[in-house]
Amino acid sequence: MNARVLCLLCSFLGATGAQAQGFAGLGSDAEGFAVPQPNPTFRFPEDHGPHPAYRIEWWYITANLQAEDGTDYGVQWTLFRSALAPHEAEGWASPQLWMGHAGLTTPDAHYHAERLARGGIGQAGATAEPFEAWIDDWSLTATGTSGDAYNALDMTASGTGFAYDLSLRAEGPLVFHGAEGFSVKSAEGQASYYYSQPFYEVSGTLDIGDRAVEVTGNAWLDREWSSQPLSENQSGWDWVSLHFRDGTKLMGFQLRQTDGSSYTSATLISEDGQTTAFADGALSMAPLRTTEVAGREVPTRWRVRLPEKGIEVEIEALYPEAWMETSFPYWEGPVRMSGTHPGRGYLEMTGYE
Amino acid sequence: MMAAGWSALWSHWRRHPLQLFTLIAGLAMATALWSGVQAINGEARTSYAEAEDAVARAALPRLVNPEGPIPIAYYVALRRAGWDVTPLLEGPLRIDGSTFQVRGIETLTAVAPPTVTDGGNTDTDIGPVDILTGDGIVFAARSAQAQLEDAGGLPRIVAAEGLGPRQLITDIRTATRLLGSDGAPTSLLILPDQRPGLTPLADLVPGLEERDPVETEDLGRLTDSFHLNLTAFGLLSFAVGLFIVHGAIGLAFEQRRAMFRTLRALGLPLRQLVLLLILELGAITILGALIGLALGYLIAALLLPDVAATLRGLYGAPVEGGLVFRPLWAAAGLAMAAFGAGVAAAEGIWRVARMPILTGAMPRAWALASTRTLRRQGVLAVLLSVLALVLATMGSGLVAGFVMLGALLVAAALLLPIILLAVLRTAERASKGVVAGWFWADTRQQVPGLSLALMALLLALAANIGVGTMVASFRTTFIGWLDQRLASELYVTARTEDEAARLREWLAPRSEAVLPIWSVDATLGGRQGEVYGIRDHATYRDHWPLLGAAPDVWDRVAAGEGALINEQMARRLGIGIGDPADLAEDWALPVAGVYSDYGNPQPQAIVGVEALAARYPDISKLRHGIRVAPDRVNTLRAALTDDFGLPDDLIIDQAAIKSLSVSIFERTFAVTGALNVLTLGIAALAILTSLLTLAGLRLPQLAPVWAIGLTRTKLGRLEVVRTLLLAVLTAIVALPVGLLLAFVLLAIINVEAFGWRIGMAYFPLDWLRLFLLAALAAGLAALLPARRLARTPPAILLKVFANER
Repeated sequence: MNARVLCLLCSFLGATGAQAQGFAGLGSDAEGFAVPQPNPTFRFPEDHGPHPAYRIEWWYITANLQAEDGTDYGVQWTLFRSALAPHEAEGWASPQLWMGHAGLTTPDAHYHAERLARGGIGQAGATAEPFEAWIDDWSLTATGTSGDAYNALDMTASGTGFAYDLSLRAEGPLVFHGAEGFSVKSAEGQASYYYSQPFYEVSGTLDIGDRAVEVTGNAWLDREWSSQPLSENQSGWDWVSLHFRDGTKLMGFQLRQTDGSSYTSATLISEDGQTTAFADGALSMAPLRTTEVAGREVPTRWRVRLPEKGIEVEIEALYPEAWMETSFPYWEGPVRMSGTHPGRGYLEMTGYE
Repeated sequence: MMAAGWSALWSHWRRHPLQLFTLIAGLAMATALWSGVQAINGEARTSYAEAEDAVARAALPRLVNPEGPIPIAYYVALRRAGWDVTPLLEGPLRIDGSTFQVRGIETLTAVAPPTVTDGGNTDTDIGPVDILTGDGIVFAARSAQAQLEDAGGLPRIVAAEGLGPRQLITDIRTATRLLGSDGAPTSLLILPDQRPGLTPLADLVPGLEERDPVETEDLGRLTDSFHLNLTAFGLLSFAVGLFIVHGAIGLAFEQRRAMFRTLRALGLPLRQLVLLLILELGAITILGALIGLALGYLIAALLLPDVAATLRGLYGAPVEGGLVFRPLWAAAGLAMAAFGAGVAAAEGIWRVARMPILTGAMPRAWALASTRTLRRQGVLAVLLSVLALVLATMGSGLVAGFVMLGALLVAAALLLPIILLAVLRTAERASKGVVAGWFWADTRQQVPGLSLALMALLLALAANIGVGTMVASFRTTFIGWLDQRLASELYVTARTEDEAARLREWLAPRSEAVLPIWSVDATLGGRQGEVYGIRDHATYRDHWPLLGAAPDVWDRVAAGEGALINEQMARRLGIGIGDPADLAEDWALPVAGVYSDYGNPQPQAIVGVEALAARYPDISKLRHGIRVAPDRVNTLRAALTDDFGLPDDLIIDQAAIKSLSVSIFERTFAVTGALNVLTLGIAALAILTSLLTLAGLRLPQLAPVWAIGLTRTKLGRLEVVRTLLLAVLTAIVALPVGLLLAFVLLAIINVEAFGWRIGMAYFPLDWLRLFLLAALAAGLAALLPARRLARTPPAILLKVFANER
């Protein structure tokens, strides 16, 4: 992606007040956009598709992969939808902006790419039935013929120096975070709709430079949409999705507040997809070591504790410089866990200036 | 001892301040011109690079649809296949009686969104919401902002940089609405650095055609040639300066021979003496070079704005006219000065080192060349001429060309005294009367002493004639090329075949002729090139000077029986008139003519338009030249945009391009003109200083003549006449040398550097002007010594006899 477009987008985001109002302009009021309500009823396959009445939405996949020689890899595929107005329109007049991010992390390198497009013409978008989410030649496409559309997906993206083409097969059900998918993000009540498919088995090919690597592993899909996910006093978040070796999984995040405290939330997922949601304060995330990336100090080693369940792990970045130098930059990369529950997972950190 | 030696050496300069001045002035002049030229070249090249960069950014290949606009689905199909393309939706918009050209860009994928002018002011709060929702934003040149705002009915106008006065840029969404379009792009720009392995465009969107960006580098390449020749000029100026330095240093060494001997006899070791001399030279060199650098900087700063203004006019790109001081440039200037001073002083120092202490000092006029010296010079000149000849016939490459140039000039300079003496001897033999006889003999006597100054004059004049001829030939050829390339008054490109047909019909009653200019890409001699089709018309017959042509060349081309090829193709393939030229795999036509095609790196051929259309029935028939009376150009152009509805940027006005292109040359002439005057000035200075130095030495020769009865006034007048005579003789010798220099620059160095030859043209009036200028310079230089002679008190002249041994 060329630098001029980045600058343009930066000016876009700057204009909407990203610095003043939290990461990537997410902390704003709803201005005619729909607002997530408690006790949601999800309808599938419709809810796998886009929700143009909400300001922001994403299809977010992170995968922990391994080559036959045991080398660890991480892959990210994300499609963001960001609406300038709460509706869709045909042609160039569409106020729906789409942004794709792709990342590939190896133990000693990190590749990333970004795509931008507007809705309304078919260059980027998502459809529920049959399910597809795409931007340019990147796509996430349902390949199954029965069951939930998310049960079988093909996922492909490319950028300078890298490309990947992966098949995802779900070995468990969809899981819903917070209260049945209503995920509260602050004490003031900001919330999003949030569900996941954390049970993917993955196989496929990574192209790194001239080299093709066959890989297998696990992936985690997050679906989330909202109109005002961040509270005004929140500056960013630290988010993890962890695959424990015993088959259980943990989603946890903390929203850092400007007064130094944080708002936390966690979902523990059993092997068969039963969820336990934990309210603010149950989960604790403490940085142990920082790495200087892109001129900022970013924590790349954490202690994550969920005392109620006897979980205490140290997570460490596979490659500490997994920086996404995109329109709004952030850290996103694969991690390894040690402690009470060893395993692998993904870490995302935003709002580090 | 060192200190005593140093003070003794310096005492010479204290007693001969004029000599010191000459030496420093020579060094300063040499350094000034050389480094001034270098600074101009460097700065201009930087500017070119920046300007071309700016142009190149906008110049991307594009996809167009001969049938009309491009369906949005095509754009999406290309993006989804991985192609990095971005759409443009362009069209004219009438606002308040003026036609504006709207360019709609897809803001999210565009390569170069407009830069907002007002950094920090109200305009910086523009965000995606403003551009992509509501009425949107229209970017316009600041000059058009008020008019657009007054006109009303438009979205918010924001001033942006780099936009033409009639150009509007906006998001494609807003453009769709403003132009009343359905949103289908008019073209798709293909961005650089596409991912490898993509499905070919022809398979994805078979109906679309790829168009190359408009070539903009032609003039850039032409200016390269100009800079090369400017460098040659700088080098010559440097050489002229060195002659002065050599003269001054030689004199200083000669006059101090007695002092050197005394110092050595007093016990100053030879090594210390040589060291002192080198230190002395070093100090003078540094002083001269610093002054020279300052002057060079001044020269460059004075001349550069012209070059910068040219660039601004030519590329429309903002180029700084200011000069940047570069340490490397200063270092190079100092090194050149040191090198020059070293060369000039080497002989003197070597002689001091070998001087026997006990031999008498033998004070003599410093350069009274013996016959032996002359013979040595003659032999050296012949050797150098042979070297030049060998290089001309066997050498190749730019360096060989420059070495040859140097050899030729030095040979000419060395031959000058020999030629002058021969001429003077002949004149002496033919002269009648005592005074005339004395005058010729005495002039001959002066030649060795003045020879270095005269050589400097020769080089300055030769450089003037050579570079002047080169630049003027260049200009003539360039304008001829412009005329040939831009023979039609207007050039228009239709967007579709349909529009082209309507255009031809529409134009027929409104113009004198509509000349199709159709072309296909072709592989010519294994390289990517183009074949053009042109219609037989007086426009070409009258305006196109061919480098070489068969008889009936135009009839042959029109009949499809012959092809014109450009010089690059002819040279690369080594083919000439009558040889077959392969235009396609199974299509060859005999070469009917060869034309110059400056600045085009590709081979090119031209055939009759019918022959081309018969060969390629699907050829895109969009470009046309329009012949129309010059006074109707503006009316027709306005009618084309307003009545016919052709976007303004598809119409090219020949006169505008021509005047712009010619103005670059006029401006660059200002540079060469200024350099001409400066080199001549240096030569005049050399003559002046030589004459002043000789004046003292000549008293013993003049005193007897005065005693016999020639008045001092008459003697003074004769001095002026003598100098004028020598200058004119030198100028006459300089003429063939200069022409030879021009020939080498045009026919060898240009061809080596750029692959095309510029025809040489002769400008006798310029030579006459130059001769007069040379005579004026020499006359002015002679005036002061002559006045001094005329006012020499008789007592001093008498003293000559008193001192006579």
